[in-house]
Amino acid sequence: MTTQRTIELPQPNMESGNMLVNIGPQHPATHGVLRLLCELDGETVIKIDPDIGYLHSSFEKLGEYRTWNQIIPLTDRMDYLAPLMYNCVYVMAVEKLMGLEVTERCKIVRVLCMEMERIFSHLLWLGTTAIDVGAFTPFLYAFQERERIYKLHEAFTGARITTSATRVGGMMADLPEGWTDQLKDFVYTFPDTLDEIENLLTRNGIHLGRTQGIGCIPADEAINAGFTGPNLRASGVDYDLRKDRPYYDYESYEFDVPVGTKGDCYDRYLVRMEEMRQSLKILDQALARLPDGRINVDDPRVSLPSKTDCMNDMESMIHHFKIVTEGIRVPPGDCYFAVEGSKGELGMYVVSDGGEKPIRWRVRPPSFVNLSVLPQLAEGHQVSDLIMINASLDIVLGEIDR
Amino acid sequence: MKTITESTQALHEELVDQFGSAILGSEIQCEDQRVIVIDPKQSFEVLSWLKDSEVYQYDLLIDVTAVDYGAKKGVQVVYQLWSVNYKQLLRVKCPFPGPDLEISSVVELWGCANWLEREVFDLFGVHFSGHPDLRRILMPKNYSEGHPLRKDFPLRGRFSREKQTEIALDQSYEDYYRPEQLRDSLGPQKED
Repeated sequence: MTTQRTIELPQPNMESGNMLVNIGPQHPATHGVLRLLCELDGETVIKIDPDIGYLHSSFEKLGEYRTWNQIIPLTDRMDYLAPLMYNCVYVMAVEKLMGLEVTERCKIVRVLCMEMERIFSHLLWLGTTAIDVGAFTPFLYAFQERERIYKLHEAFTGARITTSATRVGGMMADLPEGWTDQLKDFVYTFPDTLDEIENLLTRNGIHLGRTQGIGCIPADEAINAGFTGPNLRASGVDYDLRKDRPYYDYESYEFDVPVGTKGDCYDRYLVRMEEMRQSLKILDQALARLPDGRINVDDPRVSLPSKTDCMNDMESMIHHFKIVTEGIRVPPGDCYFAVEGSKGELGMYVVSDGGEKPIRWRVRPPSFVNLSVLPQLAEGHQVSDLIMINASLDIVLGEIDR
Repeated sequence: MKTITESTQALHEELVDQFGSAILGSEIQCEDQRVIVIDPKQSFEVLSWLKDSEVYQYDLLIDVTAVDYGAKKGVQVVYQLWSVNYKQLLRVKCPFPGPDLEISSVVELWGCANWLEREVFDLFGVHFSGHPDLRRILMPKNYSEGHPLRKDFPLRGRFSREKQTEIALDQSYEDYYRPEQLRDSLGPQKED
């Protein structure tokens, strides 16, 4: 015979009748190690408090203890969805502070890298966002295409994610043989896949229902909230650094900047889809322009003397020794340099006192600012819309937490 | 078209007319980056003028950060502003004269300052007066070793490895996952 036992369950605090739901930190729909603390009234979100910092590695502090070139491996670990872009923008900021002009070939190679990374990052956003609204096929299509870019990464840098491909004054190495042909192949065949994905999503009733009118933000509020990149352009503000603050001769490339009207999830989707097509246009033009010649700048401040010189000439050998053991020196001053990243304005603020290590290295994180708008966008919506809105912001937690 | 030196000079003179001694100087960095140095005590007035002025309209706050130059030069708060209309970038630096790091919050002017200022508070210990919700953002909320990006903060932290492990193990799940936390963390300001 068994005696009945009463089990005392912990009673949640339900004074207001609202429920506390804790989404994350380990949850596929948060797109990283993000925790959303939500107060729900039934299905409606009343309040959200995003809790971040789970991936904090203090990269900015670490950077103050490293020489200028040693920081490059830290940069690609922030945004592992567009690593080459972070490599590029960091060295571009340092070069700007040094007043260093890189070679024409290096400029075009970096433009190729940055536009490739924009597609690379948007593809991951596309696949995972489609999964969040219940469409599995676009994810598979997108990841097959991403795999081709991974292969390009690997052929160029030897790594798939942690590329560390740039150096102050140039690149780690020149492009390997046949690389541009592989990229050309990608540029010409990728639009077919993009068309197929668009066929599946752009006029899809379920997708429209889940995205149209969800998470709207008008232009003035979007500016006030600090939105940049595709998120801001979806609200109708035509702010693109490639046009407004051109770097690396972007003004001479022919491409359009897609702009939305309402600023809802659907506009953000359309803007990103069109951006991928525009990036392909830029890639095509850049590939046609790619000149021969040196990829690394010939400047005694940053470049190593040739091995032959080192063997024959004492001064070259000392110079070689100094650069290798002490690192390069950057003149005193500070510099803010930003590019149009895949997620928004990606800026680097570097401060030097003339030494071989920075005083301060600050990353202006686009997803950090974009995520801070999530409570404003999602409060009042349903829980399932919260997932869609969070996905449509395109965040990467490695860069938010740094 | 004015040169960068002339336009910086013009902005500097206009600001001096408005705010007098609160404007400490102006400089040009890297040939084309305009910098205005102001007194942190009047930073809010200057920034709100820059935002609302018809001629400049710096309506997008790109970044708020701080730089610790070490014992001699102290800490600076740095704002990066962008004007969407006029396509102009401006950097505003507020150097603190002493160890007292207090500056007005600009959350009222730009919503995005909320998290950016929280980050500066967390990592540098700069106190933003008037901020609606000033608490740690990247470091854990029970972090007691100070503000990591300050120059006097050692790379591996102030406590020994044993002490750090002990503090980490002392946390209980209930500190983090309970309904009251929502009320604590969102604070009384946000309740309406």
